[in-house]
Amino acid sequence: MPGPDLLSSQGLRLDGRRPNELRRIRCKLGVFTQPDGSAYLEQGNTKVLAAVYGPHQASKSKRSETVVVNCQYSMATFSTGERKNRPRGDRKSQEMSLHLRQALTAAIKTELYPRSQIDIYIEVLQADGGAYCASVNAATLALVDAGVPLRAYVCACTASMAWQDGDPAPLLDVGHVEEAAGGVVLTVASLPSTGSIALMEMSHRLHSDYFESVLSRAMQGCRDIEVNIT
Amino acid sequence: MTEHVSIRLASERVNHCVSSSNDTPRFYTPGEVISGMQDFMRGHGTYVEEDCLKSSVAGVMQKVNKLICVRPLKSRYVGEIGDVVVGRVLEVQQKRWKVETNSRLDSVLQLSSVNLPGGELRRRSAEDEQMMRKHLKEGDLISAEVQSVFTDGSLSLHTRSLKYGKLAQGVLVKVFPSLIKRRKNHFHNLPCGVSMIIGNNGFIWISPKPQGMMVDGNEDEIINYEMQPVDSTDREIIARLKNCIAALVASKMMLDDTSIMFAFEESLKYEEVKELLDPEAMLDIAFLTQHRLNNIMEE
Repeated sequence: MPGPDLLSSQGLRLDGRRPNELRRIRCKLGVFTQPDGSAYLEQGNTKVLAAVYGPHQASKSKRSETVVVNCQYSMATFSTGERKNRPRGDRKSQEMSLHLRQALTAAIKTELYPRSQIDIYIEVLQADGGAYCASVNAATLALVDAGVPLRAYVCACTASMAWQDGDPAPLLDVGHVEEAAGGVVLTVASLPSTGSIALMEMSHRLHSDYFESVLSRAMQGCRDIEVNIT
Repeated sequence: MTEHVSIRLASERVNHCVSSSNDTPRFYTPGEVISGMQDFMRGHGTYVEEDCLKSSVAGVMQKVNKLICVRPLKSRYVGEIGDVVVGRVLEVQQKRWKVETNSRLDSVLQLSSVNLPGGELRRRSAEDEQMMRKHLKEGDLISAEVQSVFTDGSLSLHTRSLKYGKLAQGVLVKVFPSLIKRRKNHFHNLPCGVSMIIGNNGFIWISPKPQGMMVDGNEDEIINYEMQPVDSTDREIIARLKNCIAALVASKMMLDDTSIMFAFEESLKYEEVKELLDPEAMLDIAFLTQHRLNNIMEE
C-alpha cells in the first residue's frame, strides 16, 4: 500500500514544504504592449508567459453565436532539464491546448461576443511540475488584463497522495520531483468563487476512498491561488 | 561598430509610476460581488448570479442612478456615435470597405457614406463600384467618424467631410484606447508645425502640416501632395512627438492635445530625439508633464 516516500518523518516534503503548502506564486500583468492582455506567472520554478489577442473578428470558417476561444500551448526548448526542440503541433501540446480551452471557456462569458474570436498563447519558459496549472492561472490573469468579461477567476492546482505513518496525507501543488516519483497526480481547474469544476484529470489509479480528500485538497489549493492572484 | 548600446538588468528597470492623486478608487475584479440585487440595474461589465450583482471585468465601478457598470482598465475599443477613428482598410467588398479599427469586430465603410472625388452629390453608379479600389485599397489608412453602431457592436463609419478620408504621409502610433481623453476636437494643428489626429480608438496619426491646401480638389494636386518629400526638421518633430506619446503611455497618462504638447515642450531639453527612448528620460518627461497639468488644474 505505501507509495514512494514523499514525506519525511517530520512531515515535510522533498522541497521542504508542508503537505498543504503551495509553492511561491509571483505574477506580473501587462508584460507585453502588442497583445491586448498579457501575464507572467511563476509558481515555484515553473514559469509561464501568457498573451491574449482579441476579442477580434473571427475568420469566416468558424463564426458562431458565441466567441471562439483559440488556445496555443507551447514549451520552450530550454524549459525542461533535457534540451529538446518541441514542434508546436506535437501531441502533448495539442492535448494541453484542448484542456486549456475547456477550462477557459468555462470562465469566459462567451455569449457576449458573437462572431468573434479570442486567441490565447501560452509559452512555458521553465517546467518544474504543474505546467498546466501555471498555464491556466497565467491565462486567467492575461484575460483579466485584456478586459475580457469572465464569470470568475479560473484557477488550477494539482494534488497528490502520500503516506505518513500509514495515514494518507494528500500533497498540494506537486513539483516535478514528486511527479516523477510516480505517485498519482490529480489536476483540477475550478472556479473557486462558485465551487464548480471546469476540468479534472488524474494521471494514475487511486482508491476511491482517498479520492475525496485529494480532491478537496486540490480545491483548497485553487482557492488559495485565487486569493494569491486577485 | 562603435554604437552606444545600453542593456540593463531587470532589477534596474524604471518604475514608470506618475500618480496624479493619492486616492485610488475601489477596484473590482471578476466574480466579485458588487451588491445584493435589491433594485440595481445590470450594466456593462456586470452579471447577475444567485441574486447578487457581480463584476465580470477588472475595473472601476460607475453608477448612474440605479445602473451599475464596471469599466475595464484596458479593453478593445468600444465605439460610440460621433467618435473620430483612424483605421486601416482590410478588404474591398461589394459596395463597402472593411476597416480595422481595433474594435471587437471589423468596421464597415459603405460606399454610400464616402465623398467621391468630384464633390457633387450623386447616386453611386456601377462605375463607382468598379472604381472602389482606386479610391481606397487594402492597406490604406483612413480617418473617419462613427456613423452608427450595429447591434452586435460592429461600427459603421462615414467620411462625409473634407477633414476625413485617406491619410497620406505620416506616422501611426497605436496606444490603448482607454488612454485617449474624449474631447470636442480630435484634429489638431500643433504649433510645432505638424498636424495630429487623435483617434478615439487609440490610433494616433501624426503627419506634416499640409502646405497650401489643395486647389479646388484637383485630383493631380492631391496625388502630388502625397508624394511630396518631407524635410528632415519635420521628420524630427514627428519622431519626437511619437516618442513623447510613448513616454506618456509608459506612465499610463491620459492623452490629449494639451498633455502631448506639454510633453513635447518638456522634451525639447533633450537635444536628440533618440535620447527620449531612455527609460529615465521617459519618466522625467511624464513627470514634468504631470506637474504642468496639475498646475493648470489648480489655476
